[in-house]
Amino acid sequence: MAKIIVVTSGKGGVGKTTTSAAFATGLALRGSQTVVIDFDVGLRNLDLVMGCERRVVYDFVNVINGEGNLNQALIKDKRVENLFILPASQTRDKDALTLKGVAKVLETLKKRFEFIICDSPAGIEHGAIMAMYFADEAIVVTNPEVSSVRDSDRIIGMLSSKTRRAVQNLPAIKEHLLITRYAPKRVNSGDMLSVEDVQEILAIPFLGVIPESQSVLQASNSGVPVTLDKKSDAGQAYLDVVARFLGEEPPVREKKGFLTRLFKN
Amino acid sequence: MSILKYFHTLRPKKTAAVAKERLQIIVAHERNLRDSPVIEYLPELQQELLAVVRKYTAIQDEDIKINIEKDGECEILELNITLSDENQ
Repeated sequence: MAKIIVVTSGKGGVGKTTTSAAFATGLALRGSQTVVIDFDVGLRNLDLVMGCERRVVYDFVNVINGEGNLNQALIKDKRVENLFILPASQTRDKDALTLKGVAKVLETLKKRFEFIICDSPAGIEHGAIMAMYFADEAIVVTNPEVSSVRDSDRIIGMLSSKTRRAVQNLPAIKEHLLITRYAPKRVNSGDMLSVEDVQEILAIPFLGVIPESQSVLQASNSGVPVTLDKKSDAGQAYLDVVARFLGEEPPVREKKGFLTRLFKN
Repeated sequence: MSILKYFHTLRPKKTAAVAKERLQIIVAHERNLRDSPVIEYLPELQQELLAVVRKYTAIQDEDIKINIEKDGECEILELNITLSDENQ
């Protein structure tokens, strides 16, 4: 049975697209048929992060409007088997997505893919609702920072009220907390919210933590999902997240300094 | 470690602790708003009730308070009208 997973956050710039690209790539590396859809109509960027921007011919909105078929719009990743990208339209406005249109595309994709990752736009408007509406599970991407945590809470509220599962009284969307841009040093010095703090405030099940890392910018610079960079700590953390998502239990890696380890009570 | 902990408590509160405290308050407040039922006709109801009461006695706008609370499955509409002494 295909699973639809929305990657959402409310706040912009916290790492939704990075996460969508890395997570989808990780799932595909594990052998699952995976497609990642850019829901950010008008501001498409997943194609750039995935490094396939020059291969976009037809997009999500074209498919909904019947101007091109799904197979023409799906871009097959050249590095990873089983991985496909459905780009957003760059020219239309976000209202071009309709519930009916999105439902139809998702139904078709469900027949072919095990995992459908929906990369949500920022905000709480139409585009964000379209991305979350049909989801079975949600990855809530949060930075350990006040505005991001507050916006995540808002999004969690919407997941339990504005989605198909909520409206039709079906079992609730399974939520996962993913903390990104985490700096253990700053947490230890008391200037950054810890994983436990964020978890306690948002009160949804914890999926993982991605360290703040230079390799994330390097990866997007070159259009390579960070999970393909074997030397990257963030990439490794995303692979752990994928493993945990698939029900395995890799340890939570947290690089700690010598002194921290010594003085941890 | 107890000595370290002791010195720790002497230091002013770190910013992360401040952030957590502020977030807990605002998030709880916003969840409350979110979970309380939205009744669109409430302001209008308030105005009409005010008009009815004014037929009999003079009251100010702020003398009427409407509040809706949710208690499990039950929604409670609470209406408070304060009559001032001189009008009684």
